[in-house]
Amino acid sequence: MKIAVQAEDFDLSTEVIEISMNTRTGAVASFVGVVRDVAMTLEHYPGMTENAIKKIVEEARTRWQILDLAVIHRYGELQPGDQIVLVAIASSHRGDAFAACQFIMDYLKTQAPFWKKEHHPDGPRWVNALEADDEAAARWRGLKQPQRLLKS
Amino acid sequence: MKVKVLLFANLRERIGTSAELVDIPDSASTVAGLRMHLMRRGGAWQEALADMKVVRVAVNQDMAGANAPLNAGDEVAFFPPVTGG
Repeated sequence: MKIAVQAEDFDLSTEVIEISMNTRTGAVASFVGVVRDVAMTLEHYPGMTENAIKKIVEEARTRWQILDLAVIHRYGELQPGDQIVLVAIASSHRGDAFAACQFIMDYLKTQAPFWKKEHHPDGPRWVNALEADDEAAARWRGLKQPQRLLKS
Repeated sequence: MKVKVLLFANLRERIGTSAELVDIPDSASTVAGLRMHLMRRGGAWQEALADMKVVRVAVNQDMAGANAPLNAGDEVAFFPPVTGG
């Protein structure tokens, strides 16, 4: 199991091979997030970010059969086309691999302390949180109301 | 008692600092109490922490609500809703 918050880029093939060693592995699902057309700076909360990802992964492991996994999230300066995030899940069957991959991504977007600042031609702009992301995460909880982290 | 206040993203930029050791009275030893204490400084502190719909709080790196108690040495982070992934 690999959880990493790093400035460096990652290689999808390498990570998929690493998590596919178990002979019971029958399915590997992966997701890679990529910077669209605007360069950005990704800020995070060292320590808390890693712990938040660990908690999301633990929750996923209680819901689906996960033989191994890799979650890598980058921070720092990123250019259009750069990879931002990788989630790769190895399981015996595709259903678990697909679901766990989507669950972890949906939760990452609403629970892990990262903040994107986009560098537009007219100046930098912090990205606003999207209600659609809250709804995507809430789906997994069966909550009627979207909820971003804990209400204060 | 003293707590360590951390600020991230637009809150860090608006207030102009990323970390500060803050001395708060024992009567203000909750997240809400600390927030009021910081807002009484006025200026950017008052403005940045005014709307809690766009501010999240973590105590010792766990998400916390307004009523969460604080102890000496706690790390209290204020930040906007997250936008990673």
